[in-house]
Amino acid sequence: MRVNTTKFAFITIAVGAAVMAFAHWFNVDYLYFASYTILQFIVLATAWNILGGYCGYVNFGSAAFFAMGAYSSVALHKFDTLIDHWFSGSFAAILHAVFPLPIPILILFGAIVSGIAGFGMGYLTLRLRGSFFAIATLALAVVLQTLVVNWEYVGGSRGAYIIRPESIEFAGITINYIEYLFGLMLLLAMISLVTARAIEHSQLGFGFATIRDDELAAEACGVPTLRVKLIATTISGAFMGMAGAPFPYYIGYLQPSSAFGLEYAVNSIAMPMIGGTTSWVGPLVGAILLGSAQQYATVTISSAVNLLIVGLMLVGFVIIAPNGLIGLVQGWRRAWRKP
Amino acid sequence: MANSSLTIENVHAAYGAVRVIHDVSINVNSGETVALLGTNGNGKSTLMKCVMGIVKPAAGRIVAEIDGEKHDLAGMATEQIVDLGIALVPEGRRLFPRLTVEENLLLGAFRPKARAQIKTNFDFCCEAFPRLAERLKQLAGSMSGGEQQMLALARALMLAPRILLVDEPSVGLAPLLVARTIDAIKQLKDHYQLTVLMAEQNFTQAIRIADRGYVIVHGKIAFEGRSADELNNNDLIRQFYLGM
Repeated sequence: MRVNTTKFAFITIAVGAAVMAFAHWFNVDYLYFASYTILQFIVLATAWNILGGYCGYVNFGSAAFFAMGAYSSVALHKFDTLIDHWFSGSFAAILHAVFPLPIPILILFGAIVSGIAGFGMGYLTLRLRGSFFAIATLALAVVLQTLVVNWEYVGGSRGAYIIRPESIEFAGITINYIEYLFGLMLLLAMISLVTARAIEHSQLGFGFATIRDDELAAEACGVPTLRVKLIATTISGAFMGMAGAPFPYYIGYLQPSSAFGLEYAVNSIAMPMIGGTTSWVGPLVGAILLGSAQQYATVTISSAVNLLIVGLMLVGFVIIAPNGLIGLVQGWRRAWRKP
Repeated sequence: MANSSLTIENVHAAYGAVRVIHDVSINVNSGETVALLGTNGNGKSTLMKCVMGIVKPAAGRIVAEIDGEKHDLAGMATEQIVDLGIALVPEGRRLFPRLTVEENLLLGAFRPKARAQIKTNFDFCCEAFPRLAERLKQLAGSMSGGEQQMLALARALMLAPRILLVDEPSVGLAPLLVARTIDAIKQLKDHYQLTVLMAEQNFTQAIRIADRGYVIVHGKIAFEGRSADELNNNDLIRQFYLGM
């Protein structure tokens, strides 16, 4: 029996609420910090999978979209501090009433900026296929990083400080700020999973699958391939931007080399690969597994071991389970049914 | 009778600097089966792709007339061309191997127009290819070559096309299966009153069902046969094509 999207959304909300309640009951700051990272990778991996898994277009530029979301937040935050410098009188008063923008709005901005970037990148590069597309996306990340390094307004190569408030007032209740960020990221993860699953079972998802399997055949069937691919890059980019938007508030100090870090590009590919790329479950499982392993390694061994773990797990999975954990489980189930 | 014809006028096409098709003119009248004959690398598939809008012709006109309405295909997007009722059975079948037969068929009707009558067309296909109807749940990639070719044809039929383009149906098939596939095309054409343009290198099989044919050599039309007989008894063909 297949659960429809509305029901699935309710289930996701229930699970999300349970996770939130548990975290609130536990109430350890470290737990929030660590889980935030894992949730962020769930969003990134799911976003990557919409283009890379469903459509078969490997994107090496995840870090670029993530960083664009993060830097759009920085830009808007900086704007707040410079209002009095640039404007005066009643206009400045109006701006002061609006700024600083709440993080959900920043997330929306991040989504728009990265979504537009995704659309633009798609429009320019989607005529390329296979490894050529992957190389083009890698180049996008390099170009953008160079731009940001030379953009004084957002801090250039020195980076930008964003002092996170201690807590936030919410309908009379004071909430620890990191708990607030954790809640937002949890919500984003829920939205991205519901979206990914809805796409999977929709006409659009079938269009994606035909492109992944055989683009020429897809065209012969009348799938408007370029438009479908543009939808994929836009959605994928937008979700990555959303994941990046709260990041400056989480990290406190954002510099280009951390926002464009290799770990984002590598993790958002490795996680769906390890979990399995054909379904929304894959990136979820992969992100939880790999994300937790990295968090564990960070506190026990060293944070530099992270990428080594990813590399080893990726190699291992390519050998043992080339279709990811999902493929492995499906294989077992098939063998079980046919004794 | 329903009217649907295809006219290709002075078409040139190239991949970058490599010119593949030079000044090709072909017409397919309503209800005809026209064979486009030629060996590998002479531009048959490229011409098919030009008609479908997958390759943009550098010059020339491609006009499809469907029920008295003329459509200039050059410059239209592939999905619009598909919407008009022109379907391509691509070379090498190009099925979705990891999907079932049923899913492959349903994907044939991706366009909203085709989806509206998905049930009728699906029953059509099952009726036309009882072999496929028996194997709806089987993975397309696990079927034999001949069955896959049938599925490729059936998938194109899911669009309820008026003009059917078939690109090298014989590729990779055993001789007996080639004959069967060609027969199937003939039956479909008669039954659904299709207009068919078929690219093929298997000369003897193709002209069994073709009303007329063109021989394409190095991207140019080398010979136009106005009947199957004319193609059969032509010295040029013997020389150029059969090597006799």
